[in-house]
Amino acid sequence: MKSFAGKALRWDWRDGIVELTLDHQPANEIGTAMLAELEKFVAAFGALAPETSVCIIASARKSVFSAGADLRELYHGAAPLPEKERLAGVHNFLERVHSVLNAIDGAPFVTIAAVHGVCFGGGLELALACDIIVADKMARFAFPELRLGLIPGFGGIPRLKRDLGNAFVRDLLFTGRTVNAARAQAAGLVAQLAGEGEALRIARSTAAQIAKFDPLARESAKKFIKPIPYEELRREIGLFCELFARPAVMAALKRFVEDSGPMPYLP
Amino acid sequence: MRTLEQTTQEVLDLAAKHFQLPAGSLAPGDDFFKKLGIDSLQTLEMLSRLENHFGIELPDYEVQGVSDFRTLAERIQSRL
Repeated sequence: MKSFAGKALRWDWRDGIVELTLDHQPANEIGTAMLAELEKFVAAFGALAPETSVCIIASARKSVFSAGADLRELYHGAAPLPEKERLAGVHNFLERVHSVLNAIDGAPFVTIAAVHGVCFGGGLELALACDIIVADKMARFAFPELRLGLIPGFGGIPRLKRDLGNAFVRDLLFTGRTVNAARAQAAGLVAQLAGEGEALRIARSTAAQIAKFDPLARESAKKFIKPIPYEELRREIGLFCELFARPAVMAALKRFVEDSGPMPYLP
Repeated sequence: MRTLEQTTQEVLDLAAKHFQLPAGSLAPGDDFFKKLGIDSLQTLEMLSRLENHFGIELPDYEVQGVSDFRTLAERIQSRL
């Protein structure tokens, strides 16, 4: 399937480059709707791969790449359930997310995240699964999960550890703070910094350069430099579920999703 | 090195420009959430603009609970 237009995203293939555009109101949250369509996308990899050099993942939403997991859906889906069912639901959701992000991480073509605006939590985990991040200078990155009593659950810690130095990883996780694109570039998270509104254009120009090269050499290099940390990813799912089971986490999520102030509740 | 007054004025000018308000329409004691009517995404955008303008990092936990330009400028000043 070379093109697709769903409720949360769309993709289009042209001249060896596929562009996946996230477009889900309000802030490209990754919930069941987005996940189902991401699953469709990775299911199309087999058909796309022979003719595809690069995939660009971008957002059509203003001021946001992705705000991360859909915490409202997560909370409202989990709150009424008994603990055992709540955990089973979260576990199943995480398994599906990991399956998608592992497929993107190991895709048989080069993947570029063209990031503008907010790139938090699950959104950052999606970008981290890509090979290259091109960021608008107004982009902001964060892993706010610890502020709610959780850890990132979509592969964040294993992929951060794989790709970046300890100082930045620990600062990002333990403070839950947001960092700007220049800081993210200095830390090695962002490969290329773009002017305001220019991330997608620069991602396209980068893709055109990458597409010139021999596909086998490109794929071999990717496998060599970017091993997927499967064992740690499995441990992350287990740890996330252990933390999620605690009443304090449901209470923090409740406070977060019910906060309608200009800055949502985050301790 | 900027003085606090200069930093405060630059913050006010930057906010006025970004939100397309007449110069001089914002005051140091104004509550920017109320005066500008901004949401969380716009707040983060403003934070990026301030960091890019002053060439600093301003962790959001340092500006949590801050709602007036003067205190915001003080937080920025301590990072210059």
